[in-house]
Amino acid sequence: MNFQLNGKQVELPEVVDSVEKLLTHYHLQSRIAVVEVNKEIVRKEEYETKKLSNGDVVEIIHFVGGG
Amino acid sequence: MKTRYSRQELFLGKESQKKVESGSVIIIGAGALGSSSAEMLARAGVGKLTIVDRDYVEWSNLQRQQLYGEEDVKNKLPKAFAAKKRLQQINSEITIDSLIEDVHGLNIEEMIKGHDVILDATDNFETRLIVNDAAVKHGIPFIMGACVASYGSTFPIIPNETPCLHCLLNHLPVDGMTCETVGVISPIVQIVTATQVTYALKILAGVSVSPILKSIDIWKDEKAEIDVKRLKNNHCPTCGEHPTYPYLKFENQTKSDVLCGRDAVQIRPPKTKVFELKVFTERLNGNVTNLIINPFLLSCGFDEYRIVFFRDGRAIVHGTNDTKVARSIYTRFLQYYLE
Ligand SMILES: [Zn+2]
Repeated sequence: MNFQLNGKQVELPEVVDSVEKLLTHYHLQSRIAVVEVNKEIVRKEEYETKKLSNGDVVEIIHFVGGG
Repeated sequence: MKTRYSRQELFLGKESQKKVESGSVIIIGAGALGSSSAEMLARAGVGKLTIVDRDYVEWSNLQRQQLYGEEDVKNKLPKAFAAKKRLQQINSEITIDSLIEDVHGLNIEEMIKGHDVILDATDNFETRLIVNDAAVKHGIPFIMGACVASYGSTFPIIPNETPCLHCLLNHLPVDGMTCETVGVISPIVQIVTATQVTYALKILAGVSVSPILKSIDIWKDEKAEIDVKRLKNNHCPTCGEHPTYPYLKFENQTKSDVLCGRDAVQIRPPKTKVFELKVFTERLNGNVTNLIINPFLLSCGFDEYRIVFFRDGRAIVHGTNDTKVARSIYTRFLQYYLE
């Protein structure tokens, strides 16, 4: 799979084909995050069903505690 | 034109400069983010600054907390006090208040009253949610900012316009990574605060800001921006049609009680949830000693303390009767559950 993730081209294993799997791939599944695919925000309930395809433009912003 | 603000006034214009000089900003936290934004705002001539922090200056702070020096560490000065001292050297023409206090749901409203902008410089979600409730309730813009390692994020919460922090959450917040477990470099601090202070100046000057959630990783050279307008939730308990401001409620406060005569402190989290003790045990592996687990609790040595941790998140920290110490141990301990 090829995505544009946070402004960069990335190549990920073919199994990473949903938002849920993408978050798991980056160990962000337990984090508070906002995900956007092709300029549309994906709600948490849709993470499993929202399929990703080659060329998708994905933005992930996760929240961190520190300061 | 006052010479000291002449460059800024040339940029902002006379009217806006005046607004900045009569503005007031409260900064919640005086660690890395708080030091950096406080210095910028003091130099900018913001009329009144309030700095809130519960902590003392330590050696490990000096790498990035720009208001402090070695003498402050040696004298174990509270950060809010040391910050005020330094800020007054920088600009004696403005008013600086320092509050050496732990922010909670029952004192935050009093703290923020009368301020035009609230800047987030806290190091945990719990405090952010408390401030978020109070900010929305009182209609004061709250500029979020956070950083860990080389990554940081910002979001301006404008009551009645943008979603609030509560709207953005897709999980129950439990405190994740803080500087203590993964470290942080100072350039990311400066990027986060540069963004936050820009928002603050715009708001003081009466310029509108957009609801863009931003993140940047200065080391990996990555950045992202998401317009989160769509996440504003009409049923949000904080900014929805029937707000309850849950984090300001008495029953939702984290409580820490000294257990008399036992050199121990009991911590009760604000929200109960069930922890998988077995999973927790696996994640603690190698970081604790004398670990004992049963269906109700786990007990182990952690640094020089002993922690008894119950399934519902309640814990007893043995080896101290200082609630502040116990709370910080508890927070650090909990982080293993999340990694
Ligand atoms: Zn909300």
